[in-house]
Formats: sequence, C-alpha cells, structure tokens
Amino acid sequence: MKYQSQKVARLYFMAAIGLFTGQILFGLILGLQYVIGDFLFPAVPFNVARMVHTNLLIVWLLFGFMGAAYYLVPEEAERELFSPKLAVALFWIFLVAGALTILGYLLVPYSGLARLTGNDLLPTMGREFLEQPTITKLGIVVVALGFLYNIGMTILSGRKTVINMVLLTGLVGLAVLFLFAFYNPDNLVKDKYYWWWVVHLWVEGVWELILGSILAFVLVKVTGVDREVIEKWLYVIIAMTLITGIIGTGHHYYWIGTPGYWQWLGSVFSALEPIPFFMMTVFAFNMINKRRLNHPNKAAVLWAEGTAVMAFLGAGVWGFMHTLAPVNYYTHGTQITAAHGHMAFYGAYAMIVLTIISYAWPILRGEKAANQRAQVLEMWSFWLMTVSMVFITLFLTGAGVLQTWLQRYTDDPLPFMVVQEKIAPFYWMREAAGVVFLIGLLVYLYAFVARGKPAEDATAA
Amino acid sequence: MHAITHPLPARQLKGDLAVWILILSELLVFGLFFLGYAVAARRHPALFEAGQATLDTGAATLNTLALLAASAVVVMAIERLERQRTREAGRLLALAALLGSLFLVNKALELHHHLALGITLSTSLFHMFYLGLVSFHFMHVLAGVIVLSWVARRCLRDTPPELNTVWSAGAYWHMVDLVWVVLFPLVYLL
Repeated sequence: MKYQSQKVARLYFMAAIGLFTGQILFGLILGLQYVIGDFLFPAVPFNVARMVHTNLLIVWLLFGFMGAAYYLVPEEAERELFSPKLAVALFWIFLVAGALTILGYLLVPYSGLARLTGNDLLPTMGREFLEQPTITKLGIVVVALGFLYNIGMTILSGRKTVINMVLLTGLVGLAVLFLFAFYNPDNLVKDKYYWWWVVHLWVEGVWELILGSILAFVLVKVTGVDREVIEKWLYVIIAMTLITGIIGTGHHYYWIGTPGYWQWLGSVFSALEPIPFFMMTVFAFNMINKRRLNHPNKAAVLWAEGTAVMAFLGAGVWGFMHTLAPVNYYTHGTQITAAHGHMAFYGAYAMIVLTIISYAWPILRGEKAANQRAQVLEMWSFWLMTVSMVFITLFLTGAGVLQTWLQRYTDDPLPFMVVQEKIAPFYWMREAAGVVFLIGLLVYLYAFVARGKPAEDATAA
Repeated sequence: MHAITHPLPARQLKGDLAVWILILSELLVFGLFFLGYAVAARRHPALFEAGQATLDTGAATLNTLALLAASAVVVMAIERLERQRTREAGRLLALAALLGSLFLVNKALELHHHLALGITLSTSLFHMFYLGLVSFHFMHVLAGVIVLSWVARRCLRDTPPELNTVWSAGAYWHMVDLVWVVLFPLVYLL
C-alpha cells in the first residue's frame, strides 16, 4: 500500500464482512419463516427478522463504501488521509451505534424501542428501511459528516481525479438525501413521496456513482488501461445514471396518490435505467480486454466482472421486468419485487464492496495478491454465492409470477394467504438456494484464513 | 508490382465509443417518449389537437431554423479544424453556440408564457407530454451549448482539444438537433 493511513480501511472491511454474515443468517431465518410461520416466534418475529436482514444490509454496505473510500481516496489524492484518528473514532461510534440498534430490534418490542429512544420528540421511526431510532439516525448523520469532512479534506488538498470527485459527489449525495429520513409528514402520500428520495435516490442514483467510481478505480489498477479512457466512461455512465434515475423515481409514484403523469414519466425514464448498468458491463469487459498487464489478483478481476454482469441483470433486467406502469399495476409489491431486490443489491452493491475488499485486502497485508490456494477458494465462494443468488432470484420470480397471476390477474383472484400456501414450493427452493449461499459465504470467510501470515518482506506496489 | 505491405488502416470510429453509446441511449430515451406521445395522441385525438392549437408554431419554426443553422455551422467548424484552421473553427463554434442560445431564449419565453397561464404537468395528458418533452430537450440544448462554448473557447485560444473530442462534441450537438427535428413536427404540426 502506498499510504499508511489506508490501513483504516481494514477495520471497515472487517465490520462489513461480519455484518454481511449476520445479514445472511437472518435471511435464512426469514426465508424459513415464509414457510414455517412461527419459526423462532416469539423470540424473533417475522417483522423483526426482516428489519434486521434489511438494516444489516444497508449498514454493511455503508461500512464497505466507507472502507472503500478510506482505501482509494488517499491513493487517488496521492497523500495521507486527512485524519486517520477521526476515521478510527467514527468507525467505533458507527459500529457501537449499529450494534445497539440491532440489539434494540431483537431485545425490545419495536414500540418499546420507540418509547425508549424518545421517538415522540422527533418521530422518524416505523417506516420500511428507515426503522432506526431517531437517535441512531442522528448518529448516522454525525458519522457521515465526520466522514465527509475527512474524505473531503483529503481530496481537496490532494490530486483531484475524476474517480475521487465522482466518489465524493456520490457520498455527499448519500448524506444529503439521508436527511429526508427526518422529514416525516402526517400526509401519507407526502410521507411516501419523500421516503423514496432516500430509498430510490440512494440505490438508483447516488449509490450508482459510488459503484461506478469504485469499479473504475479497481479497473485502473488491475488492467493498467489509461486513466483518461476509464474516466471518460465514468462520465458517460454517470450522466446516463442521473438522466434516467432521477425522474425514474416516478416508477414508485404510480399508485400512492401522486399525480397521474408519473405513470408516463416513471415508465419512460425508468425503462431506460438499465442503460447505465449495461454501459458498466461494456465498460468493464472492454477495459479488461484492453488490459496492459495481467494482475496477479485474479479473484479481484473476477469480482469486478461479476459486478458488471450481475448489476446489469439484477438492477437492469429484473428492474425493467416490472417497471412499466401497466405491468406494475399487477406486479406491485409481489415476490417479483423481492426477486429484483435480491439480485440488484447483491449484484450491484454487495459485489462491488466484495470487489474492492478482494483487491485491497492483500495489499493492506503487504502483498500484491493472495496465494494461489486462497484465491481459488475465493473464486469458489464467488461462484457459490453468485449462482445461488441467481437461483434465489429465479425461484422468487417464479413465486412472483404465480402470485401475480393467482392473486391479481385471474378472473377469480384468490386471497393473499391462500396464494402464499400455493407458492410455498418456490419458497422452499429459495431457502435451499439460500443455504448454498451461506456455504459460499463460509468458503469466502475460510479463504481469509487460507491466506496465512502475510509475507514479512513483501513490498506491495 | 509490389505486394501491398501496408494494410489499409482499420476502420476507425469518429468520436468516442462511450459518447456514441451515450448518444444512442439518449435517442432511445427520446424515442420512447415519442412513441408514448404517438400512442397517447392516437387515443385522445381531440385533446391533442386542442392542445396543439395553443402552441406558437412561428416561434418553434424560428427555433428549428436556429438549430439547423447551428448544426451546419458545426460541420463547417469541424471541417476547418481538420485543416488546422483553429481560430476560424473557434469563431464558427462560437456562432453555433450563439444560435443554440437563441433557441434557449426563445424556448424559455415560450415556456414562461405557458407556465404563466397556469399550465402544469397535471393540466392534461397533452401538456404532460408537451412540457416533459420540451423541457427535457431544453436541458439537452443547454448541455450542448455549454459543450460547444467550451470547444470554441479552446479553439480561440489556439489550444484545441483532440480532434476525436471535437467529433464527439459535434455528434452530440447533431443528436440534439435531430431530436428537435422529430419533436417539432410531432408536437407542433402533426
């Protein structure tokens, strides 16, 4: 590694992987609760398991993004991090706050947690994905501000690269849009309207900038292709992301009480949201084909390629399937949404974090790439997790199509719970695929052990 | 006869691949929008006819001429630049940017007129399409004018960007023009 302060990234990556493991365990509990409704009840009710599963996802991705930033920003800016101490302090604050929040979900009834944390002073709880107590949300803002200050000072006083500027834009956007989590109007339509400004404009807006810049950074490093070429692609991808993604928010506004024109605007613009993801795929493979060096870290290259393909499939293709208003009229909120959510989050965001960890981890240990055996194990984990995620998505899609048909489309629609029983075989198959995913994750964790002790005399590039 | 020792140069794309993909994507965005418009207009002919009657065709015709002229000037500028007549190219590009700005001012007045009448996206399906399409295109002209001005400035200072970049900029501008050439008859005339 070039700069000592990049080392703080290790803490963040470790936390990310730990929370990722927790997310998968709760995913398996949750998957089982779809078919065995009282599994672990009353200790872990379905709504709590779901909240923990989704919140852990968001938190581990945020840890991953921050770790990625702490790793790549100094290298791009060609200077040490502004304050490594601040980075370490914020890490512990975020980790403790996150752990307390999850424990709160698990140990106290949600309404009790709301009372305990003084939600009535500034009510922000009780909304999907934004379930965190207000005090945790404030903690997130503090951590985000400190993080942006640290990263911003490093970037502004160092070499300004396109990768750094795009990353910074994405991170600032992430922090600013999160502020809408504090806006909680009584009017349910307005509530949902602005809720999407956090949820949609994160994952289909600013997070894509973060994804693009991390991918570009790794590609610069593993392919040796001219920075100018990669930067130009980054610009174009970002332009297309924002052109389609911002007005594409409209695909969430079809049936919540917003004006009717959203059905047109949402359909047209979000139908094109796959384009930036498609560009990312073309970009990644183009750069790898034009590579000027064969980087010894084959696993990292595989993760980068995987991200480009799976993000396009999960976010692009599976998103398109139900984004047009006339289609969404029937599929809204069915298992089709769950299928899309799983592959999109894994393909775009989980995989990009795993990509940067795969690339950076050996270097942080003082070697250019892990040993052969560890890399083979890591690539096995790649295939196990990725293929099982494809199956999870396909089974959920099957469940969703059947659900849409039986519950919404036929002349004699069946009640929700009757349909849930009928699609149970798909849920069982999804759970089986989930077990394979967990095995893949265990192999991934074992690959870290298989790296052995870092070479003492190794000097990394 | 000598054997051909130098193979013909491989066919090279004028302009950047990435920019061409952007252009094609943008055309796809507008294409979908046009398709939506056509379908909606087919289903509500009376509504769309009444809506079109409120539009100022004269101003739009003037705008069409401005954009077409700007495109022609861009072609002339690039031809100058290919022959290393940089400053001349710069002056022509500045003229193109000026023509683009004329479009922007004219269009802004037109939009202001409609908004002052209290017309919004919710007024009718026709107005949703009209305001949506026109303002979305407006943003593209604005981007195009900024790009042209930047290239013009570089040329006037005798530090032109690479020819490939200028080709890309020119292609983008022609795309903006092309979209208007479809938009104008579709929304204002047909």
